[in-house]
Amino acid sequence: MSDAKAQARGPQDRPMSPHLQVWRWHVTMATSILHRATGVALYVGVLILAGWVVALASGPDAFSTYRAALGSPLGLLVLFGLTVSFLYHLANGVRHLVWDAGKGFEPKTADMTGWAAIAFGVVAAVLIWIIAFLGMGAGQ
Amino acid sequence: MTSYRTPLGRAKNTGSAKHGVGHFITQRVSAIALAPLGLWALYSSLVLSRAGFDGAQAWLHAPLNAVLSILLAVAATIHMRIGMMEVIEDYIHKPSTKAVLLLLNYFVCVLACVAAVFCILKIALIGAAV
Repeated sequence: MSDAKAQARGPQDRPMSPHLQVWRWHVTMATSILHRATGVALYVGVLILAGWVVALASGPDAFSTYRAALGSPLGLLVLFGLTVSFLYHLANGVRHLVWDAGKGFEPKTADMTGWAAIAFGVVAAVLIWIIAFLGMGAGQ
Repeated sequence: MTSYRTPLGRAKNTGSAKHGVGHFITQRVSAIALAPLGLWALYSSLVLSRAGFDGAQAWLHAPLNAVLSILLAVAATIHMRIGMMEVIEDYIHKPSTKAVLLLLNYFVCVLACVAAVFCILKIALIGAAV
């Protein structure tokens, strides 16, 4: 790199991390991205939850409309996605807290806990929804 | 909230962004609170999925459910405000767009918190149908 070019570099020219296109995909990278993606999904989830109490406080009509929307096929799909997002974000959040304590950084350990967090999110969500539907069937 | 920053850190008030340590700690404290609160909310959603208007109202009328719901609303909106702020700061580079989105994020989180807490208190104290 020439000196002139080095001097001309402003803040916007500096390299930024991470550069998605130059990294080979690996599980720890995927868990980091998934943590953000599920976090953004849960942002919407909290707004849906807040909307639920607002609908409830607004009376029976508003509540039944809100409940019907959540119970529609699209509503159930969103709620299932939020269940996976919450359980994954929880498991990966615990992983982050362990890292904050200075533990679990060995590559093999980090890979293993990463896969565990992903598996926990999906498997636990599916189990919870099976239990929910079995319970509904038994209740009717 | 109690400040968990060191006295030296507070006195010098330095750091990459001058206030990042406060957000770092707040994000972790709220995360620790949200682990049990979130699991409780998930369990409660299963219980409430079968409840109609009267059942949901009676559920929020119970003091324990009302208190935990308010704690969830406060902790969740604090946590999601910082999380979304980090996402905006990382990916939006145009200063004006970034400022607008950060402000919008802040207002949405405060609005969601106040609306949820107010409605929980209304249902718990005077009932939903009033």
